Amino acid sequence: MSNITLSDAPPGVEGAGFFATTLDKAIGLARANSLWPLPFATSCCGIEFMATMGSTYDLARFGAERPSFSPRQADMLLVMGTIAKKMAPVLKQVYVQMAEPRWVIAVGACASSGGIFDTYSVLQGIDEIIPVDVYVPGCPPRPEAILDGVLRLQDIVKNESLNRRNTPEYKALLEKYGIVTDNG
Amino acid sequence: MSKSITRISHNAPVLEDNDPQEDLVTLNIGPTHPATHGVFQNVVQIDGERIVSGVSTIGYIHRAFEKIAEHRPFYQITPLTDRLNYCSSPINNMGWHMTVEKLLDIEIPKRVQYMRVIVMELARIADHIICNGILGVDTGAFSGFLYVMQEREFIYEIYEEICGARLTTNIGRIGGFERDFNDVAFAKIREFLVRFPPVLKEFQELFDRNRIFIERTSNVAAVTPEEALDYSWSGPILRATGIDYDVRAHSPYCSYEEFDFEVPVGTNGDVYDRFMVRNEEMWQSMRIIEQALDKIDKEPKGIFHADVPDFYLPPKEQVYTSMEALIYHFKIVMGEWDAPKNEVYHAVEGANGELGFYLISDGGRTPYRLHFRRPSFINYQMFAPMSSGMLISDAIINMSSLNVIAGELDA
Amino acid sequence: MDKLTNETVIEKLKSQFGDGITHISEPKGLLTVETHKDHIIEVLRSIKEDDSMQFIYLTDITAVHHPEREKPYAVVYHVHSLVHNVRIRIKVFLEKENPTIASATVLWNGANWMERETYDFFGIIFEGHPDLRRILNMDELGVFPMRKEYPLEDPNRVDKKDFYFGR
Repeated sequence: MSNITLSDAPPGVEGAGFFATTLDKAIGLARANSLWPLPFATSCCGIEFMATMGSTYDLARFGAERPSFSPRQADMLLVMGTIAKKMAPVLKQVYVQMAEPRWVIAVGACASSGGIFDTYSVLQGIDEIIPVDVYVPGCPPRPEAILDGVLRLQDIVKNESLNRRNTPEYKALLEKYGIVTDNG
Repeated sequence: MSKSITRISHNAPVLEDNDPQEDLVTLNIGPTHPATHGVFQNVVQIDGERIVSGVSTIGYIHRAFEKIAEHRPFYQITPLTDRLNYCSSPINNMGWHMTVEKLLDIEIPKRVQYMRVIVMELARIADHIICNGILGVDTGAFSGFLYVMQEREFIYEIYEEICGARLTTNIGRIGGFERDFNDVAFAKIREFLVRFPPVLKEFQELFDRNRIFIERTSNVAAVTPEEALDYSWSGPILRATGIDYDVRAHSPYCSYEEFDFEVPVGTNGDVYDRFMVRNEEMWQSMRIIEQALDKIDKEPKGIFHADVPDFYLPPKEQVYTSMEALIYHFKIVMGEWDAPKNEVYHAVEGANGELGFYLISDGGRTPYRLHFRRPSFINYQMFAPMSSGMLISDAIINMSSLNVIAGELDA
Repeated sequence: MDKLTNETVIEKLKSQFGDGITHISEPKGLLTVETHKDHIIEVLRSIKEDDSMQFIYLTDITAVHHPEREKPYAVVYHVHSLVHNVRIRIKVFLEKENPTIASATVLWNGANWMERETYDFFGIIFEGHPDLRRILNMDELGVFPMRKEYPLEDPNRVDKKDFYFGR
């Protein structure tokens, strides 16, 4: 037998031969444990992400086995490193190309707030152009911190209601960033 | 087209074939392409798989280091240098400290110099591990990367023992180190000298006679010494062309003249030679670290900074308990120090080449002007012209063998 | 081969350019001279091609802004003779209005990006440069940010109040 641990079942009603829970919970569980990351690595934090993906820390343990370099097949956008104003439109384009549901982690001080680079050329935090779900502090964060950020995102994903992406609030949030959704 | 785009003679010409389609295809590689390991954009014109011409666009993480440096006191510039070449930040830290010490005419005790040599050589190994490991990944061999990355993690453990950080280390102060290496650090450095050689040997054996690797890299992107000098190349890629220019040997700093090491050179400047030069440099770095440890043993213990209270930030615990330290701390932090009006150029051998600091001081608490001569920036400019005539796959491994670090490229 | 010293370099430059070479000094042992923008390419060419000097390696080109000077922009060349291991720093001061200087790309291809960077930050026009565009900053930036009159921070940013940062 292998020593694989299975994740706990969501709360539900169990009986002989059946198990009933809400669809939200079941899908949330599935989504949370198969987040495909899109590493948008620009600088120092990207090197720490390499360590996170590498042999010692191994992000793959949390269902993020496959770094997806195509935004179309990614769930979790990890923005690692300084985003200069020259880069901002590219990042926004990548975010727009991702399919719903999509989540964003701002890894490191630069992506969260501009970090030590309060200069004319650096975007002061990616939340000026795209919505962010989890912020990971550090300059750069240690791999453990990045893993913790992913786990915090898993909590969010598990508990997200299935309908959230269709609500007017969510549309308004995207519109605030000038992102128009035409897929429903 | 302009001069910068003219084809360089040694590359194979674009093949005359019977392709019915005469149009060239424009392909945009980057700025977030996974094969580029960073934010580099190259717009290339391709004929089939062969690149006809290309234009590089850089500046996607331009962070205005030089402008920030004009607004920060000298001791606050060390964290900026971390983020230049973040794969080998200790070399940048030490280079910056030495530049300021040159400006201030501070004599550094020998033990501190040897300690600096150790961290710089560890950083060089860490940087070369990344570059050569990634080169392996790009040629299709992932396993070598995983082997050596574990050793890089061990180097990071040593950094943590020395300064507490892994990547952006901020090691040292102007005038020395902020604290002495502890016993664990010395023990770990010695352990590294024992455990790394077999791994490096295994890594090397995976590649250097591997037929796939040789076919992918040999004679790819070969550069002549004349071209390399014309484009002001420096570092391992210049040495791969056969020119033995190494700042450590050429104009020794930090007591490098006392160490016995060799400067490996290549013969035809191709990707394979660059790989071999970097591998050999790792062996030489190990030799240097070993000698430095022996030298430290002969020096009096416990010295980790020069006796220059006017410029050396005192340890924090002393600031809280001793009046004298508090006064010096206050003076340095409030900018009451007598930096001479002068200009300094100091170069160190970074992992990618000659890392120069051109510092102009007008006597104030901040530099009047600080310019970084960044090897990645200068090395990378040949990439687009030399790519014309290459296959796309060759251009990709050429880029990884140049080891361009985005932070250093864009400043 | 005789060892090249700073004195011999000065002597050779003096004999060739006379008053074209001024303000000779050696801060921290690095020979520093000033010349006029009309001579810069000849000076660089002569030190590069002279058999006894061979300053073949262009280390760096950058600029410095001294707003208080009559000629505020200094273009600084660092050139290295790899054979003799001697470095030289050559400065050229340029006028405030429309600073132009000849491009060193005729001597070194490596000067290309160094000059583009200098143009990008200081607005110095290198005449004869094959491709003088901005390199690091955005094309829309509109200013030359390393000039002393421009602030470090983005003046349009809204989220960080100077008040909270003691500025």
